[in-house]
Parts: sequence; structure tokens; C-alpha cells
Amino acid sequence: MIGRDILGIEDLSREDIETILETAERMQEIGAREVKKVPTLRGRTQINLFFEPSTRTQTSFEIAGKRLAADVVNFSVSSSSVTKRETLLDTAKTLDAMDPDVVVVRHKVAGVPHRLAEVLQAPVINAGDGAHEHPSQALLDMLTVREEKGHIEGLTVTIVGDIAHSRVARSNIYGFRKLGAEVRVAGPPTMLPAEIEQLGVKAYTNLREAIEGADVVMALRIQMERLEGACFPSVREYAATFGLDRAKLRFAKEDAIVMHPGPVNRGVELAHELADHRPSVILDQVRNGVALRMALLYLVSGRGGASA
Amino acid sequence: MSRMIVRNGRLLDPSRDLDLGAGSASLLIEDGRIVALATDGEAIPEEGAEVVDAEGAWIVPGLVDVHAHLREPGQEYKEDLASGGTAAVAGGFTQVACMANTDPVNDDPSVTKYILDRAEKESPAKIRVIAAATRGLRGEVMTEMMALREAGAIAFSDDGATIMDAGVMRRVLEYSKMANAPVVVHAEDCALRAGGVVNEGSVATRLGLPGNPAAAEEIMVARDIRLASLTGAHLHVAHVSTAGAVHMIRKARDAGLRVTAEVTPHHLTLTDEATEGFDTSTRVAPPLRSAADIESLRAGLAEGVIDVIATDHAPHATYEKEVEFTEAPPGMLGLETAVSVSLALVRDNTLSPLEFVRRMSTNGAKVLGLEGGTFREGAPGDVALIDPEREWTYDPAQGFSKSRNSPWAGERFTGRVTATIVDGRLVYHIDRGVLIR
Repeated sequence: MIGRDILGIEDLSREDIETILETAERMQEIGAREVKKVPTLRGRTQINLFFEPSTRTQTSFEIAGKRLAADVVNFSVSSSSVTKRETLLDTAKTLDAMDPDVVVVRHKVAGVPHRLAEVLQAPVINAGDGAHEHPSQALLDMLTVREEKGHIEGLTVTIVGDIAHSRVARSNIYGFRKLGAEVRVAGPPTMLPAEIEQLGVKAYTNLREAIEGADVVMALRIQMERLEGACFPSVREYAATFGLDRAKLRFAKEDAIVMHPGPVNRGVELAHELADHRPSVILDQVRNGVALRMALLYLVSGRGGASA
Repeated sequence: MSRMIVRNGRLLDPSRDLDLGAGSASLLIEDGRIVALATDGEAIPEEGAEVVDAEGAWIVPGLVDVHAHLREPGQEYKEDLASGGTAAVAGGFTQVACMANTDPVNDDPSVTKYILDRAEKESPAKIRVIAAATRGLRGEVMTEMMALREAGAIAFSDDGATIMDAGVMRRVLEYSKMANAPVVVHAEDCALRAGGVVNEGSVATRLGLPGNPAAAEEIMVARDIRLASLTGAHLHVAHVSTAGAVHMIRKARDAGLRVTAEVTPHHLTLTDEATEGFDTSTRVAPPLRSAADIESLRAGLAEGVIDVIATDHAPHATYEKEVEFTEAPPGMLGLETAVSVSLALVRDNTLSPLEFVRRMSTNGAKVLGLEGGTFREGAPGDVALIDPEREWTYDPAQGFSKSRNSPWAGERFTGRVTATIVDGRLVYHIDRGVLIR
């Protein structure tokens, strides 16, 4: 049974994940209708509490809530709480006093949604915390792979890029492994975190070996501004070594798909020709993101509220 | 003349390797000083004496904490000399050395004197002052160590503001020899630590928090040991947290260098896994390490490679800790829990009761060149009673510190300090509370 909050994939069982994916598959149909709205969450209040700007994720959660007829409020906190001399818990208690039914939290520091979940009455959905977890992204990735491949058990999934700073990588490692896939990670040693193998993955610094025989190749966005010169010498060298293009992709399975959580640095993680067309499924990921987030909102706030 | 007799307990005096069974020895204190230790039925006349019954407890020399942050002057909302000194005696500490990162920084004799004057009036524990090693803790210009020593400082340290310039560190160590006081170092290479807030390893990787590698500590321990060798100064390594650092300190001592070291109760008992759940009270510097590090720290402590258990008592206001993990100031409370937490090492036979007391009292006095840590005749009448079987549940809100940042809130402990005597005065008793301010 899925708990009150959705904080990370690490906390979910295989059955939980399958329940979420099946619920999302039922939600997909709503987005295809002419009138894209059902009354499921009518009268419920959803707050998107974003301490870190993320147009894509926030919009996806907003559309998801609106399609379920929830009242969606975006609460963006641009500066960190410390500079305002207001603590995180102050912010949480303020929101709580407005009686929301679900709070979607994004923060650049790991653990913030977890701390907020301890004090908020409303259930919390983690929309990304630091380099920790991004459960809705991983779930939409699993939904997309399941749609493409029909199953996840037995697949080989390779995640390429800045594993050390990536919440998407961690959540996907947990998720795909729980569903029976083999997960590999690849990147320069400066971007592979300490003891990553303990998460049950094999780590590679050679891209060709990492994607040899892979069914899914997932490229991560590189934070060029922050990391160039620190974790890799130049964007050019990164693109040459780890950037995916058709030539490198030959080593993966013939029917391998390419994924990316977006936004893509064109010509860096992905060559132009891969960003727009199959085998890339990037826009399917975005489309599935709405249905998946509808499923999460429904499961945490739509089953008769906190008593469910 | 004031007289006090402490009797009926198991008396432990590491300075003379004495471990006297329950009821076989009594301690006589007159006018604030130890005058006699009577054994085997020798009678001490009780007329006119205040008798403290230590039945069921250990009678030990007053504990000495070589590393605490008492926050006065400047951050009295976290702690002050009255609250910190009271927390100290409630934890069995009769002497506490406070660090220099106050506001203003204790880099000037006027600040040292201010702290000592205030402590004299406000603190039931005796406060000892560690002054800054460089002005403003900036790691550039050394402080007036002779004047600070004259004002009462007993050691020098920039603590958390590690002196990164090896040239400055060399001069500080050289000059400290003339002041005849140890230099205490928080060994951490700031560039290598970068933004790290938890031990670099599998837990940091899983939690997605920036890691701080053991090498950041070990590089600085290695540097400072080399500088201690170059200068012949007394280097004291604060809160050792890694197996590698223990190894290097062991070799330095084998080579005859004047290197001493401390370890905290939290580094002896908690691993980085305590941070699962992102409780900011587990954010400390250096970070909580691995189980293998704990094993090495305990071995080093048992061998005597690490001399003392020090609290690194670091109070912070609740609202300062109710923030993002990376934004929370490092540090946790220690004075009121040090004995109860560290007694785990007696129960698992890492330390005998006598060796436990040596590391909580006698050795701390020795490292800082203080009186105390002994029941020899003429020593200060400082005594702590520790009941090793007493069970209690720690609630920081019920404690004496102004702050509450402890990972042990709600912890059920076995073993507790039941009374504390400073200079022949009963200042704390578990049933009667704090008796003298």
C-alpha cells in the first residue's frame, strides 16, 4: 500500500510502483479527450511549493492537478529560507494553516520534502530534492519504457552523465532495479559518486562498454555553468566522450530507445539528430509526465483524503 | 573551615591507578582542596562535615572537557556562561575549556578577561579559555599569545576556521612554545571538503548530500604532524574522526612527538547512517563517519593514542537548525550527555571504568596543563559521582543548555552523573538540581 507521501522511489515497493504505473495508464486517456478534465479532485487544494525554479516540472504538476479539477496554487520561493530569516518549518506551517490537500515540493537541497512531510498535515509529493530523488520523473520514465517495450523486467538501462549530482539517476536506479532491469551508469570519474556500486549498479567510464547491448540509454542534463572546468575540462571534451550520437548508439541494441529528462543541451548530451527523432522518446516522456503526476495526485489526495 | 566527606561509592583515581571497591574509601575535602583519601575503615571524623553519600555510584575526579563552545560573548541566544556552565556540572564536568569563536572573537586579552570574569560570577563549572591562534580566526596574523596567556588563556586554536596556510601554522606552532600552551587544530582541508556536509561514501551517495572525504581530515593531520615535528610544539588534534588520522597520530606518538588528540562521544558511537531522515542535529564538523572509523577510534582511545573524550558541545538555536541540511550550522550539544553516551564503551569493554575516567578527566587536565583530574592531596576538591546503572531518558527541553540540538533527544540511557562537586561545594545533585550559581 502506498504511504501517505511520495518522497522517493527507494521507499516504494515493486507493487507500489506497478500500482502507480497502472493508475497512470488509466489517466493517459483523459489527456486525449476534447474536454480534458474529470472531477476527481474537485474542491481539493494542491500547492506547488517550488523553492527552485523548474518551469517544466511545475507546469506538468499544474496541468495534472487541473485535469483532475483540483485548485492548483503555485507558491514559488525564489530566495533560500536562510536569507529571509524564515526557517523551512515556518514556511511549512504557514502553508499548512491554509489547509491544502496535497503539497508538491521542489528544493535544491536533499531532504527538504522529507522534513516538510514530518510537519505538514497534507501529504507531500517530492518534485525533486537536490541530488537525492525525483520520483515522478523516474516513474514517468518507467511508464514510457513500459509503453515502448511492453515490460521492464530483463531490460538493460544505461544512464549517462553527471550521476553524482543527479536525482533523476538515483530515482531511476531504484525504480528500474525494483522492476527487474539491469542498470548501468556511465560518466567521467569526477561525476560518479562514491560507492555508487552499492546501489546495485555497474559503473563505467567507457561509454561504448556502458551502452553495449542496452535497451534504454538515458542521457542526463549537464550543468555546464557550474561544472565546466571543475568536473570536466570542457564542454567540447564532454560532448566528444559522453555525448550520444547515432555512431555511438550503434553499440546499443538495434531497437534501443534514447531518453532525456530535459531540457536538452543540444550537441552536448545528445546530438541534434537524436534530440528530435526516434529512437529518442523525449516528448513521450513529457506527455506521460502529466498522466503519471495525475496518478500520484489521485493516489495521495484523491482516495478520501488523509484517511485513505 | 569547610569540610566535606564523600563516601560509600567505588572510588576511581586514574592519576594513581586507584580503583577502590564500593564503600572501601572516603574522600575528605577541606576548604576546597582534597586533604585525605581514607581507605579500609580508616575513620574520618564527621563532625562539622557535609557528608555526600555516593552509594551505588563511582566517585571520580571532576570531569574535564577540553573542547566546548559556550557562545558568550555575542551569541547568548544559543548559550551563555551560566547556562553552559550549568549544563557542564549537570554532566559531571568541573572544568570546561571554551573555544574562541565568540563575537567578538577571543583574540584579545580583553575578551579573555571578560569571559573569565563573567564565568567567575555566572558559571558553577570552572571555565578555561582557549584563545584564538590568529586574529579574527582569519589564519593570517598570529595573536598576542603572551598577553593572552597572561590574561588567562590556556591554549590556542582557530578551531573550525582551520589555518590553511602552512607557513602561518608553522609560526603559530613555533611561537606557542614560548607561551608554553598547546595549539588545538580542527584538521580539515577546506578546499577538499568544499561543500561537503556528510561523510563521503555510500550514505552520502544514497542521500544525495555533498560528501566530505576522510582525506580532507587526514591531509591536515599529516601536515600538522609534520609541522609539530619541525617545530617541536605541542599539537593537540581536536575531534579525530577517521581511521587514517588515528593511524598517523599513533605513528607520531611512537616517534616521540608532542601530539595529543581527542575524540567526541558522537564520533565514537554514531555513523553517517544517523543522517538518514535528514535530521539536522546530525550535521557536525567533522561529519559522522563509518563503522570502520568508529572501530579505529575506539581502538585508538583504548590504546591511549587518543588521550581524551571531548564534547565539542556546540549549541545552536532550534530555528537555526530548522533549515535545509546543507544550511544548518554544524554542531550538537554534548555536555549533558557525554558520560551517558560514552559509558557504552565501558559496557562493551573498550575501556575499563578507570580508563574511562582517565579519558574524561585526568588526561584532559594533563593535555591542557590544568590542576585537577586527580584525588592527590592538595588537588582541587572537584568530584563527580557517576551511577553507571541509572536509567533515564534524555529530553533536551528539560536540560540546562539553552539549546536543544541533540540527536539523542528521547534516547533511553543507562548511566548518569548524579552529583558534582566543585572546589568542595556540592553544585549539582540529581534530586536537588543546581545548587550554586
